[in-house]
Amino acid sequence: MNKYLERLYNGIIKENPTFILILGMCPTLAVTTSVSNAFGMGVSTMAVLILSNLIISLLRKVIPDKVRIPAYIVVIASLVTVVELLMQAYARSLSASLGLYIPLIVVNCIILGRAEAYAAKNPPLLAVADGLGMGLGFTIALSLIGLFRELIGNGTVLGFQVMPESYVPVAIFTRAPGAFIVLGALIAVLNALKIKNNSAKKVEGCNGDCCHCSSACETPDKKKEVE
Amino acid sequence: MSGLALLLVGAALVNNVVLSQFYGLCPFLGVSKQTKTAFSMGAAVVFVITISSAVVAAIYKLVLVPLNLTFLKTIVFILVIAGLVQFVEMFLKKFSKPIYNALGVYLPLITTNCAVLGVALTNVQKEYTILEGIVNGFGTAIGFLIAIVILAGIRERMDNKAIAKPLQGMPIVLFASALMAIAFSGFAGII
Repeated sequence: MNKYLERLYNGIIKENPTFILILGMCPTLAVTTSVSNAFGMGVSTMAVLILSNLIISLLRKVIPDKVRIPAYIVVIASLVTVVELLMQAYARSLSASLGLYIPLIVVNCIILGRAEAYAAKNPPLLAVADGLGMGLGFTIALSLIGLFRELIGNGTVLGFQVMPESYVPVAIFTRAPGAFIVLGALIAVLNALKIKNNSAKKVEGCNGDCCHCSSACETPDKKKEVE
Repeated sequence: MSGLALLLVGAALVNNVVLSQFYGLCPFLGVSKQTKTAFSMGAAVVFVITISSAVVAAIYKLVLVPLNLTFLKTIVFILVIAGLVQFVEMFLKKFSKPIYNALGVYLPLITTNCAVLGVALTNVQKEYTILEGIVNGFGTAIGFLIAIVILAGIRERMDNKAIAKPLQGMPIVLFASALMAIAFSGFAGII
């Protein structure tokens, strides 16, 4: 596979920052009360992530190793300030509903994490692809959570009434507890799918005859010992 | 005085930093496996947020506002907080070994705890005085301490229970946090 596409796939599916790496939880839970808020947050984080990956990758040979983290933080904080000011100028309602979470993009662990783990070691174009992949993965995850919360908590999607009129919205889903429940349920569903896939693969390998397969019977015990 | 007390209770319980504001979730979910470590983390957060509220508020009022540089607040705050955390760490290492041994590992992690930056920005946004800012910071951090210790207690209890496979790990912790958030929303009436 093309290595740029591989970066995108990695960010969106394989190492999805929200569902697999469980990073950047604060905005994930706080601003997903509706699809439009979640999408706005995802896109602004993605913009900062792509640009910070690009700049840090370009500067990777200039920044001394000892002060790299403060240097990354300055780059990221400057970009976040730019995004914040642009939003106040051109997207006032979004900036009002996202509030403090825009400046808090600075401490989103996804951005510093990608700078340290990827952008500091790879050429600019790949770093941009990585930022795009991670940003898309984050945006998709946030929008998905926002979709469920808005649908159940308000009966709407993007402000349009979707549920029948007789539906009584479960208001708790637009409040704090709903965020935890929806994220927990989504991760549980993904885990269940993964377990199903893994067991399907095992059946292929040994015809499902687990008891006569010595490796299968030993592994759980070995695992326990390791633990 | 009663205003300050209300601010303290409000910050600690009613608008609990983790369960209703969603600041500082990474350590809340990450360092809450045991009550002991959770308490150390919470104590380190109380320490850092209280000091940083004071320092950041002073820098904002005495440097940024007179120079008309308030648009730089995000950059300045995060650098001040990162520097302050390092300084606190060095100071404790030199002058107070027991506290350093208890909190040392957790101090560097706090720089990326968004509760610290969140409190600093809230104090500016709500135009608190320096004293109000410190009280708000202290209350917020106490709220964090309460929440993380309770969650760690719940997680210790869940450790040996039979939990459905897909729910193991993060999902069950998120569900427990959801129930805690519902419980904490009961505090909404007291102010």
